Amino acid sequence: MLKRQKAKLKEIPSSSMADIAFLLLVFFLVTTTISMDKGIGLVLPASDEEIEVNPKNITKVLIDASGRVMLDEEQVPLNQLKGKIKNMIARNDKLIVSVKPHPKTKHQSYVDVLDQLKQAGATRISIAEPDQ
Amino acid sequence: MKFDKRTVLKSEIPTAAMPDIIFMLLVFFMVTTVLREFEGLPIALPSATKIEKLESKRNTTHIWVNKVGLVSIDDKRVPIQAVKNVMYVKISENPKLTTSLKVDKETTMRIITDLHSELRAASALKVNYSAKTRAG
Repeated sequence: MLKRQKAKLKEIPSSSMADIAFLLLVFFLVTTTISMDKGIGLVLPASDEEIEVNPKNITKVLIDASGRVMLDEEQVPLNQLKGKIKNMIARNDKLIVSVKPHPKTKHQSYVDVLDQLKQAGATRISIAEPDQ
Repeated sequence: MKFDKRTVLKSEIPTAAMPDIIFMLLVFFMVTTVLREFEGLPIALPSATKIEKLESKRNTTHIWVNKVGLVSIDDKRVPIQAVKNVMYVKISENPKLTTSLKVDKETTMRIITDLHSELRAASALKVNYSAKTRAG
């Protein structure tokens, strides 16, 4: 009797497993976008929130249409704002910085001012609505 | 009597565990990948120095505002008066939501103030003004 039965392969060939996995790996490496969301964080006040604040604890920062900055009725170059605010916070840690932009102020100027305030370590920042 | 006890040096790197290593890397990337979902509007972001990273992509909604005041929330064009309603729905689904404002640097504050009042009305209070890192 002739026994010509072929020896059946019972295992799944796993030699190419690494290649398949590599291919998938490359796909995910290429499609992954590392989160690039960065920016200046701020918490807006709730719409029904109105708190009475001691006027002594408020300092006003005005920004005009061309991006010039006024701190408490006195024009300040943007790069000096950080130092001045830092001194003020050192003197009064309850200080609230109220930023009031002109309706025509560019967003870049506004971000610049917020950036300076953040660098000065101001945590209490309020955004006043510009006069329409 | 002669002893032959020299150890035979294997010169090959064992590759049996290779698929396991690759699979581990693969699983890592599969888990961490968040596919880019939105295209947004073409804008030029402002630049800033003191920049914070957003906590998590899953708790973020993006609002694009270009310099003429077109608003797009997660790739849907929305008139600025409707931002409140859209954001209200999103906030009720996920109260931890942070709004990432991708605003063109030329946009005027009038538009941004309108956007602020819409966001406040929807109680979407955590905002993040997207900015590039300033060189130098």
